[in-house]
Amino acid sequence: MSFPWANHYEPKHPLMKWVDERLPLPRLVYNAVGAGYPVPRNLNYFWNFGILSGLALVVQIVTGIVLAMHYAANGAIAFDSVEHIMRDVNQGWLLRYAHANGASMFFIVVYLHIFRGLYYGSYKAPREMVWLLGLVIFLLMMATAFMGYVLPWGQMSFWGAKVITGLFSAIPLVGPAIQEWLLGGFAPDDAALNRFFSLHYLLPFVIAGVIILHIWALHIPGSSNPTGVEVKGPQDTVPFHPYYTAKDGFGAGVFLIIFAILLFFAPNYLGHADNYIPANPLSTPAHIVPEWYFWPFYAILRAFTVDIFGIPAKLLGVIAMFGSIILLFFLPWLDNSPVRSGNYRPMFKMFFVLLCVDVVILGYCGGSPAEEPYVMISQIASAYYFAHFLIILPLLAKLETTLPLPNSITEAVLSGQSGATLSTNTNTAPSAPAH
Amino acid sequence: MATGEQAAAPHGEIIEDGVRRRDFINVAAVSVAGVGAAAALYPLINQMNPSADVLALASIDVDLSAIQEGQAIKTIFRKQPLFVRHLTAKEIAAADAVPLSELRDPQSLADRTKEGHKQWLITMGVCTHLGCVPLGAGEGESRGEFGGYFCPCHGSAYDTAARIRKGPAPTNLEVPEYEFRSDTVVTVGGGKA
Amino acid sequence: MVRPLGILAGLAFVAILLFSALTGAISFISEPPAPTVEQEFHLHPKPLHLASDGPLGRFDRQQLQRGFQVYKEVCAACHSLRLVSFRDLTEIGFTEPEVKAIANQWAIEVPSINPETGEPATRKALPADKFPSPYANETAARAANNNALPPDLSLITKARHDGAAYIHSLLTGYTNQPAELLKKFPDAKTPAALHYNPYFANLNIAMPPPLAADGQVTYADGTTATIDQMATDVAAFLVWTAEPKLENRHRAGIAVLIFLLIATTLGYLAYRNVWAGVKH
Repeated sequence: MSFPWANHYEPKHPLMKWVDERLPLPRLVYNAVGAGYPVPRNLNYFWNFGILSGLALVVQIVTGIVLAMHYAANGAIAFDSVEHIMRDVNQGWLLRYAHANGASMFFIVVYLHIFRGLYYGSYKAPREMVWLLGLVIFLLMMATAFMGYVLPWGQMSFWGAKVITGLFSAIPLVGPAIQEWLLGGFAPDDAALNRFFSLHYLLPFVIAGVIILHIWALHIPGSSNPTGVEVKGPQDTVPFHPYYTAKDGFGAGVFLIIFAILLFFAPNYLGHADNYIPANPLSTPAHIVPEWYFWPFYAILRAFTVDIFGIPAKLLGVIAMFGSIILLFFLPWLDNSPVRSGNYRPMFKMFFVLLCVDVVILGYCGGSPAEEPYVMISQIASAYYFAHFLIILPLLAKLETTLPLPNSITEAVLSGQSGATLSTNTNTAPSAPAH
Repeated sequence: MATGEQAAAPHGEIIEDGVRRRDFINVAAVSVAGVGAAAALYPLINQMNPSADVLALASIDVDLSAIQEGQAIKTIFRKQPLFVRHLTAKEIAAADAVPLSELRDPQSLADRTKEGHKQWLITMGVCTHLGCVPLGAGEGESRGEFGGYFCPCHGSAYDTAARIRKGPAPTNLEVPEYEFRSDTVVTVGGGKA
Repeated sequence: MVRPLGILAGLAFVAILLFSALTGAISFISEPPAPTVEQEFHLHPKPLHLASDGPLGRFDRQQLQRGFQVYKEVCAACHSLRLVSFRDLTEIGFTEPEVKAIANQWAIEVPSINPETGEPATRKALPADKFPSPYANETAARAANNNALPPDLSLITKARHDGAAYIHSLLTGYTNQPAELLKKFPDAKTPAALHYNPYFANLNIAMPPPLAADGQVTYADGTTATIDQMATDVAAFLVWTAEPKLENRHRAGIAVLIFLLIATTLGYLAYRNVWAGVKH
């Protein structure tokens, strides 16, 4: 959008001309994802995950709408309606497993997409808005996934809903009232189930709308790239179509292969056996755990075991759990290093690797029982998480020595250092000014 | 290098029939993807077809032994009312006496029953006008002017062979597919319930 | 502004967490949690190999029919199978007339209403019916089983970790409480109404050993009915009741994967073709 050398839309086919003159949608598509949108030529496969997230959303919406034709959102029959889908509806088993495993695939690609952003400094100026909108999408995804998991009304559905809505009662003064308002009652029951179904159907379309804003905000400055150096001229870019449509097509194939392996050969691997037991408000499962994509946050929630200065541990856990995501909204200002890409920030890179390991550890602890040694490990791992974003990154921005940047993308590509790998090749071209 | 397709041409590949030979792989990839997308559409459309439990109730067995001459029962077939009537000799004679030319929807009683089982009249209990359930199958219900069934919604009157004789209904009460398993058991709806 | 506040907040979180970790460590060291009887004596299920295992697994229909016979003659008295319809049995090799007979002769009848008086009544099952429950409701089930509720078995192999192996181990795992357990945990003696089974989560199960002797069931196909055989067969049957579409899933999976591998390879070649000669 902001590149003067971008191709201009010139419809050849008379039908396209007719449409474009009256509703410039063909032009919009051409300029957004067609040959009219210049993109840095050196993007690596980590840049595939945005479009794959979009694909995952489409899969969820299509399978979800179709499942909603057979699902019944009433406590007495919800579980049975899902089994009706699995056993009697034509290809119902395929649609249900696609939707359940599709949610996992959605989170896998979104997490890779977010971590790409963290490593390559995609959140930095002038793309802060893209980052903020992305976090809004992530929060909406978490809400959607949580409500969706309640719908089959299995043991984990019910008790997960109980635990999470119970967190709201930790808020001082208004907490219990908010909890009752959310549930429409005193515990998860038909009222909660019905409203969760309604909102679960609605939110994905809200997500779709925010995605449009997210892409719109991105297309103002255009995509970043592995070097973090901005586009300087036409030699730095290629048109999105056919270069990245082809690459995304290949990426989509790989995504679908992994999805198919999960769906057809391990459809219950990422799930929990207890959710095949109908919900029983009188019997608590041995270990209540959410789905895997919530485990790191669950670990942070359960890490707070001691009341501090009169603040109950439960409330501290809730604050920390939401805080762990809210702090990401401030990241562009917490980390204001002018060097974007982790490829040119060796200390940052080391801490980034620590962060990745830390998040995996947190995830493992979140899926484990709330016993020692997992509690202690969660506490240390959570401490690192907060320290990483709130203490280490701001200090690093001030104190680190960065590697010299290439003068341009083309220079980096021609010298064999496209930034496509996480290597620390030093630049052989004349160095960029120091920071 | 800034524009894609034009930059590819100077590499000098042969242009044949307007489709560049090196684009064959591109066309192949997109076509195969298209086939995949079309195949993916199949379960999305087929899931709307009746599910196995609905199809299981697509045929039912009706036991005729308890139905006396002159009696009828109402039962459910494919979630709709089914009338099974044991016609008396008088009713059969009355039906046979009507000339076909007088009928809006000409059918004889023989057309609407099975050979050797002329006394069993099995029809849907749905008026062919706008779908109300006609009276006459239950004990004490009005059987209308023609002694068969009577629809109170708009006054359609059916005769002893459940044929439309008066009122707005366009056709006779529908006779579903059925088969006598024995003298006392009928399978309605085909298949083997 | 953001950074100093952020650093303060970070220090607060880190301090609270490290303090909590420290208190946890201190209490762990000073009063280590006592080992529980379950931790020490609970056993993981023995490995079970069924024809339906693995990505290319298919059901052994003979085995499923034997398993159904075990369910019918041993389990159905107390355990419902309410998500399975009689007509589904055609999937495991019974003909339609056989299914009609099985339904019609099923010991438990389907709830219905007396058409004359309107009182609750029962009627013989039809193939379209689901398997009727042996008890009218949960209260009746508990009343008949010493306040224990025999779970529905339709989904049991998906509702338990390592389901089929668990069922098989549970059914063959009844044993006397080991002496060393009573020595270490004298309070953990199995109560009179329960039965010791190390494969059960809390070691004492309300269900008495259902497969008590070899030959308890006389298989229609002549297979010798040892306890292990019956347990294996009924486990295989219950894998089917939980996942009747397993074979469809495996078949479709192979077809889809082959298609995707071809399509993705073509996609990769097209990608390389598009980018040929372009430095990146």
